[in-house]
Amino acid sequence: MKNSFTNKRLFSFLVWAAIIAAIIAAPSILPVFRLNLLGRYLSLAIVALGVDLIWGYTGLLSLGQGIFFALGGYCAAMFLQLNSATNFPNQIPEFFGLYGVQQLPFFWEPFRSSLFTLLAIWIVPASVAAILGFLVFRNRIKGVYFSILTQAALLVFFNFFNGQQKLINGTNGLKTDVTLLFGQMVGSDSMQRYFFWITAVLVILAWFFARWIVRDRFGNILIAIRDDEARVRFTGYNPTLFKTIVFAIAGGLAGISGALYTIQSGIVSPQFMTVPFSIEMVIWVAVGGRGTLLGAILGAVIINYAKSLVSEALPASWMFIQGGLFILVVTALPEGVLGWMQSDGPRNLLSRLGVRRPLSTYPGLEERGKDEVKL
Amino acid sequence: MQLILESLFNGLAIGSVLLIAALGLAIVFGLMGVINLAHGELMMLGAYSTYVTQLIFKLTPLKQFYNSYVIVSLVVAFVVTAVVGIVLERSIIKRLYGRPLETLLATWGVSLILQQFVRSVPLAYASGLICTILIGLIFHIILPKNSLTYSQARIAKVSSWVFSILLGLLSANWLSSSISKLGRASARNVDVTAPSWMRGGFDLWNITFPVTRIVIIVITIIAVFSVTWFLKQSVWGMRIRAVTQNRSMSECLGISTETVDVLTFGIGSGLAGIAGVAVSLLGSVGPNVGGNYIVGCFMVVVLGGVGNLLGTIIASFSIGIMTDLIGAGRLLTIWPDMPAPLATTVDFFATTSMARVLIFALIVAFLQFRPSGLFPQKGRMVEG
Repeated sequence: MKNSFTNKRLFSFLVWAAIIAAIIAAPSILPVFRLNLLGRYLSLAIVALGVDLIWGYTGLLSLGQGIFFALGGYCAAMFLQLNSATNFPNQIPEFFGLYGVQQLPFFWEPFRSSLFTLLAIWIVPASVAAILGFLVFRNRIKGVYFSILTQAALLVFFNFFNGQQKLINGTNGLKTDVTLLFGQMVGSDSMQRYFFWITAVLVILAWFFARWIVRDRFGNILIAIRDDEARVRFTGYNPTLFKTIVFAIAGGLAGISGALYTIQSGIVSPQFMTVPFSIEMVIWVAVGGRGTLLGAILGAVIINYAKSLVSEALPASWMFIQGGLFILVVTALPEGVLGWMQSDGPRNLLSRLGVRRPLSTYPGLEERGKDEVKL
Repeated sequence: MQLILESLFNGLAIGSVLLIAALGLAIVFGLMGVINLAHGELMMLGAYSTYVTQLIFKLTPLKQFYNSYVIVSLVVAFVVTAVVGIVLERSIIKRLYGRPLETLLATWGVSLILQQFVRSVPLAYASGLICTILIGLIFHIILPKNSLTYSQARIAKVSSWVFSILLGLLSANWLSSSISKLGRASARNVDVTAPSWMRGGFDLWNITFPVTRIVIIVITIIAVFSVTWFLKQSVWGMRIRAVTQNRSMSECLGISTETVDVLTFGIGSGLAGIAGVAVSLLGSVGPNVGGNYIVGCFMVVVLGGVGNLLGTIIASFSIGIMTDLIGAGRLLTIWPDMPAPLATTVDFFATTSMARVLIFALIVAFLQFRPSGLFPQKGRMVEG
């Protein structure tokens, strides 16, 4: 018992040491293009943590995290555009002029302030998630119904953002790479290096935050809701409240992730709200291991890196690989790679290959058994 | 009056496409609690099989029957998608019963694979593959199992599959050599040209009704009636309803739930194929064609509730009529002297995409009163 415990500690310690070493080493090893990609994937790890909280721990499969991701991105992008719009007519971003808009729409007005934006990046998506979640959870809509409702919501938001040129530049989205921050171009190499560091630090902070949530009694209730919601309700807790809170937290994490992703990729557009992207977020967590926070981070980074490598080499094959991953993970590895490693997976594999499993229940039994055979 | 009629007809037309697409989804969801995210891709396969059928009917011996290819393609599309659905059920979904969320993800994986498959495999070979599976399944059903010994049955099985693979290869070869369009893989959209009698319109009370839309409405009506007849009157329909109501009790009473599952999934997928025929008549066919319709189907299922055909019908027609009323801005034409603030709001939502936004908001509002749709399933369980 103690042995396996220390093993697990050692294992996660080693993984963390490897991750931190990789993060510190990356800026000096990788060229800026790759570093920028890695930074983007690290920012996706934050949204994966949110998905893990709601799906892995609470059992709510949301196929609409892209909404909150894009909302965070839009907040950040609009701040940057306003920040560097002083030279344009009416002091508003250039694209408004194309549609004959003279005055900034009122809801963008507060985004001139950097403090407000830093708050809005996570508060806006979190409150949208809270409202949507409350309306759905209040009626005990759950399971598959919840999933397809979130997907429908995602498409609705996509349609809305796609169609509103005068408010948010529609299909074209908001560009950030030619905007200015602290007098520097956001898309420049030196800024991108800073963004990588910020992202890396925020991923680790998000991990601590998620772990703090999960380790506490709050986390126990989340797991209880996943395993038997009716019993939680009969015990006197109100699952609606807990589900709404955790859905809002996941939305906030998605917003932060979207903002980081936007400043590193240089644009935010309704493409962030397409259906495939939001389902991909789920598969990162599924492959990494749902119910393991580290698995969500590793899954997001590794799958995305693999995706960019494979799509550069063989563009057509990624869809097949991804589709296969969905099917394989769900049928063969329901706990994900990390979950499989932490449970009995490797031992089972070894015993299937012919290596004997050591009996640990009664340590003396085997020895005695041998003696009896001798007698 | 005329405006209202026209709007009603358009709504019916939109609603009937929705209905026929959502029907299969709703039946499968009612029975197995499984939402098939690959449903849109099955529709896409149905649309592509219409395209292939149409091309085959352009060849010399069949050319005189060209005008009736739509009717043949209904059968072809049903069979093709039903076969794909059955394979899907036997290979993947069977392993995931009782885990609906995982099924959702797995079917999404299937939909990705199907999309890329259509892009990178020539249609002739895809048709050959379907032929192989179909013939193999037919052999699997008609082979006498009881009169053979174990080794005989084994030999029969292997040889039947070899035979069907040969037939599949032959048909693929024939298709790719006689119709050059099918021999190459392409990701481009293709167009299904409607036969001459389906083009144009049909005038009544100064309104033009496009014939294609009328045909789609008729197809939908026939499909709904035959599904209703099948579920209510036939023996297997009764078994399907029994399993929908109580799976374990039906199993105790000797109903083979496995067969029921296969049958239901086959029928549900086949209906997706028929929906695909309808979709192919409306616009061009591409690998992503299913995605445009699938969300409407979800809304229908959510609004209509589970296990009740009437709910599905009412939900799809009301969504269809609302889409037309809001999206085409017809409310303004019907009621021109609307007060100004209301008129600007109506105008704001008067595009197809904004109509979807409003309808989604209305559905979420509706779910606040009736959380499990129009016709909820009655039962004594705490968890529905």
